[in-house]
Amino acid sequence: MSAGGTYAWAPGFYDDGDRPQIVTSRFKYEDSYTLERYHGTGGYQGLRKALEMRPADVADEVKKSTLLGRGGAGFPAGVKWGFTPAGVWPRYLVVNGDESEPGTYKDRLLMELDPHQLIEGCLIACYAAGLSQCFLYIRGEMAVAHERVAAALDEAYAAGYVGKNILGTNFGVDIVLHWGAGAYVVGEETALIESLEGERGMPRLKPPYFPAAIGLYGLPTIVNNVETLANLPFIAANGSAAYTAIGSETSPGTRMIAVSGHVKRPGVYEIINGSTTFRDLIYGEEFAQGIRDGNELKAFVPGGGSAPWFVADQLDIPFEGRLASSAGSMLGSGAVMVMDDTTDIPAAALTLVKFYAHESCGKCVPCREGGTWLYRILERIVSGNGTDADLETILQVGESICPGDMPHAASERLGLEAVPFPYKMTTICFVGPSAYVPVHSAMTLFPEEFEALVTTREVRSMIPVTAVGGE
Amino acid sequence: MSETDVDVEVTPEPDPDAVPITLNGREIVARKGESIIAAADRHGEYIPRFCYHPRMSAVGMCRQCMVEVDTGRGPMLQPSCMITVLPEMKVDSESPTARRAQEGMLELLLANHPLDCPVCDKGGECPLQDQAFSHGPGESRFVEQKRNYEKPIALSEHVLLDRERCILCDRCTRFADEVAGDKLIHFIDRGNATQVNTFPDEPFSSYFSGNTVQICPVGALTAKPYRFKARPWDLEQVDSTCTTCSVGCRISVHSSRDELLRFQGVDTGPDSESVNWGWMCDRGRFNFEAIESELRLSEPMVRSEAGLTATSWSAAMDLACQLVVDADSIGLLGGARSTNEGAFAWAQLADAIGISRRDAQLGDGLPAGVLSLPRATIDETVNAATVILVGPDLKEELPVLFLRLRDAVEKGRTKIIEFSSQSTGLTRHAWRSVRHSPGMGPAEIARTLTDPVIAAQIASGDVVVVAGRANLAVSEATALAAVDVALDGMPTAKVLPALRRGNVVGALQLGLAPASADQGALATLRAAADGQLDVLILLGADPINDCPDADLARRALAGARRVISIDTLPSESTQQADLVLPAAAFGEQSGTTTNLEGRVSRVNQKVTAHGTSRPDWMIAAELAAVLGHDLGFGSVEDVTTAIAATVPEYAGATASAIDAEPSGVLAVVKVGAVQQSIALEHAPSSYDYRLVVSRKLYDRAVGTALSPSLAKLAIGAGAHVHPADLDRIGEPDGAEVKLISASGSVVLPLVADDSVQRGTVWAPFNQSGANINDIVDASAAVTDVRIERLS
Repeated sequence: MSAGGTYAWAPGFYDDGDRPQIVTSRFKYEDSYTLERYHGTGGYQGLRKALEMRPADVADEVKKSTLLGRGGAGFPAGVKWGFTPAGVWPRYLVVNGDESEPGTYKDRLLMELDPHQLIEGCLIACYAAGLSQCFLYIRGEMAVAHERVAAALDEAYAAGYVGKNILGTNFGVDIVLHWGAGAYVVGEETALIESLEGERGMPRLKPPYFPAAIGLYGLPTIVNNVETLANLPFIAANGSAAYTAIGSETSPGTRMIAVSGHVKRPGVYEIINGSTTFRDLIYGEEFAQGIRDGNELKAFVPGGGSAPWFVADQLDIPFEGRLASSAGSMLGSGAVMVMDDTTDIPAAALTLVKFYAHESCGKCVPCREGGTWLYRILERIVSGNGTDADLETILQVGESICPGDMPHAASERLGLEAVPFPYKMTTICFVGPSAYVPVHSAMTLFPEEFEALVTTREVRSMIPVTAVGGE
Repeated sequence: MSETDVDVEVTPEPDPDAVPITLNGREIVARKGESIIAAADRHGEYIPRFCYHPRMSAVGMCRQCMVEVDTGRGPMLQPSCMITVLPEMKVDSESPTARRAQEGMLELLLANHPLDCPVCDKGGECPLQDQAFSHGPGESRFVEQKRNYEKPIALSEHVLLDRERCILCDRCTRFADEVAGDKLIHFIDRGNATQVNTFPDEPFSSYFSGNTVQICPVGALTAKPYRFKARPWDLEQVDSTCTTCSVGCRISVHSSRDELLRFQGVDTGPDSESVNWGWMCDRGRFNFEAIESELRLSEPMVRSEAGLTATSWSAAMDLACQLVVDADSIGLLGGARSTNEGAFAWAQLADAIGISRRDAQLGDGLPAGVLSLPRATIDETVNAATVILVGPDLKEELPVLFLRLRDAVEKGRTKIIEFSSQSTGLTRHAWRSVRHSPGMGPAEIARTLTDPVIAAQIASGDVVVVAGRANLAVSEATALAAVDVALDGMPTAKVLPALRRGNVVGALQLGLAPASADQGALATLRAAADGQLDVLILLGADPINDCPDADLARRALAGARRVISIDTLPSESTQQADLVLPAAAFGEQSGTTTNLEGRVSRVNQKVTAHGTSRPDWMIAAELAAVLGHDLGFGSVEDVTTAIAATVPEYAGATASAIDAEPSGVLAVVKVGAVQQSIALEHAPSSYDYRLVVSRKLYDRAVGTALSPSLAKLAIGAGAHVHPADLDRIGEPDGAEVKLISASGSVVLPLVADDSVQRGTVWAPFNQSGANINDIVDASAAVTDVRIERLS
């Protein structure tokens, strides 16, 4: 462990303190991404061990580990593998390396700094779940990750870990690397599959297109997140008991969290799952070390840009999906964005709404039209041209995207009870609701800031006549 | 049906396909595998929708059809187009939650949609407008600036797109991809800026582009021929049957102020399930322009020293009478253009005055005996396990049949075995596509069908042979021999005759088929050319352009002592006539038509006949009267009744029966014996090119040439050769070369075309430019040409 627990080749990663490391153990080495280093640090032992077991036993071990998917939904990976219909071949593993949720940058580090761990994880998954081919989809913007994974894949092929007759057994799997073209929505698994097939990255409808049944090329497909798979070498090598020994019963192991925003030390931390709280993460010395400039915490996004916001009232909630849900949000993709008391809340919401409106794929109406509409109303409000009718309109447009009760956190200050996650939605995927979530959270938890904007009527610029033409 | 099925009838069991569900509190029986919205449609409950189309896959994009679905876990909002019915499902399309979602979706759809309905062609028949009233919130809270785009952009020669009106329902793009197979329009950009567009410089040049205009749920797509011509509430419409080709698409004919303005496939309520499913080809859709052409023949004309001079009907009839009375020998060609009634009346007249030389084809199809083979319907064809194609490129000649067959292949119902001399529209979809040199078809077919894999496929289920004339540069006998060989050893196979002209099957079935080949079109033309014919009556026929042997046709029109032409538009053949009688065109006359299956359906008049033109049946009846024969026809209904009364197979095709059955009544008449043909092999030589001549959808036929929207789409005459043959010829692509056959020569530009086989040259038939049929000898089994450089 180096001084300060940070390394020049892994900017933003910190491993100080005495925390168990499952997926980031090699980040401390400058050559962490090479096969040589990987071999020297126990690499491919999990695969060797797995290949000595029956596939069903490996799958069983993963199931017993309760490894939760790290892409956002937090569904147990071992259970997901069991959803493929019997007797339909071939079936595929698709690795979702299209990490693009605002605030999230953990998978990028995993791919850049330890690509062999991911490859080994893919191989174990394919062996355990009986998958015939693996497609590794890496986000278009992640050039270094793409290069490192490609180089590692070459090494792994040359060393006989990938391809036919892996390690002399009759198990064989090919891994195909695919570089995305840069669209947030492709992080959604069915849109990713469309993109892999060469189509526009637009989500498919569930039903009927549940990937486990009708996925890539119409065949059963398991889509797993990078971090999820990176956990498999450890589980295969050390057994599920070693894994469940860390973390809580329902959220075992560790998980990587990216902290950004108004903290003293933003970065990526591998935390103990289930027991670490948001307070630990934001204020802990070995983590983000508190709010910058001695300011107060105003609000934070607990699970990536599409998660409803929390305020200080929720700091003691641990990283436990069930607890986060009942508190009105989700753990999502492992990204905590912290806002201090200098934050202009409507402007912060606008930033997120703009992102989701921009990233709408345009397939379904509520997202395509609603997202942009929300953005434009909010933009007007933030620029001082809003009216109180606009606040009502935001809620009405939101109702068309997310009908019914909208989850939000409790607020002692406002005397608000929490509305538990999740929301209902009229859209095909989560991009549309994600455009509404930030503005809804902001308006619910900080109504006074919006009211101030629409009542003080600080008109900062003239409204162009065309903008109010309409009908 | 097996015998056990009959036994089950005794103890009725519940229908295994029945799925009982509750819809808006009503118990209804849905069908297994059906979507909620389809079940609701069948039970008269309307769920609002934009992207859903019953003939295309559901995509759930517009989210307008949201309903509350309860499968036992409480009501959930779901798009009803994407949810398959399950037993005991409870669906509510009118609950407050469902209504709120529907209203919300309409408000969102209207947010960026311009409210330019008063100047929009769709206003008045617009699903968005209608549903905004029926299911919308009534007002919009949207005060931002709406999306703006350049107005309009052309997707193709016919289709314009106003992008700001588009609601991105994916109907047109899905149609292009799923139905037409011309994936040339796509979504570009994303989110709020998503638009439909083509690739740069790659227009949506589909034969079916007009369908996208018809299925557009807003005014985003408009067709140039109709754009700004009328308002929907000024339109009158009547259902009819397109007679552009013999598929017989059910269409709706729209007019305003007595002018034809638009044809659309019938798709309101149930579409034409058995025939065209609401689709049309662009030729059929837009060739009403020719009917409205200023060049229409409007009064009878007689040849005088001053050329063709207008005259009165009575004078013309007297002259016609005189010509017929004076004639010892008369030939009657044509009759496939108009209605059953027109064909039948002329056949009756021909019988009355003893015209034995008659033919509804011009030596460009198959002998009429092909209609005596066991006939398949279109539905039987697209549900057969195997379809054997021994005929023309269906995409070019019978486009909607192409769509149906393409669908059958795409859905995995049917395997196509294609025999042809070049790539066709269905080659991509064929399970096996076998190329043969012209003249070698029968041998190649015989050889292929003995292949064990192919034989096993053929044995696996029903077989339909689509039989027609693939190549106008080989003789009818060679073409027929190919059909014979394909049918050989398949006693249960059925035949779908791929004859092209609109009512050719009706005309052949109702008396305009030659009794034998020596009474047929080619024999008649030869007789005329030899000066042995006194009068040649052309009933909507233009042999100079439509007969494969143009030289023969020209000599025939010159050699016949008198030529009477009954036609709608001037053609090279009417110019040669001594007497021209103007005929009422499609949309100007009523009656019935028979499609290639033998399906009899309605043709309806919508506008007044042009000038003094008259329907064919009336001209026949009148001429008969002048000649002293009373055919007994006072009205078109009389003729329809007479057909049903005298032709046994048409007994069920009474006016009331046809009107009661929207998809028509089948009337299959066996027409003479099937001629046995001898399959001779005509091996090509290595120094000549074997000629393939076939039709394109757009050619120089008057209906196309006088429709301005279509005329420019014809590819023009050319000699298409495989790119690898250019070296051998020693000229580059585009260079003019001389094609020399045994019967003549013609100069054409070379076109490199990899759909053409090496050693053959393909020339599109009847295109502007030099006439390829100048060098075809209809009596030769095959046509070999030498290609000579001009330099």
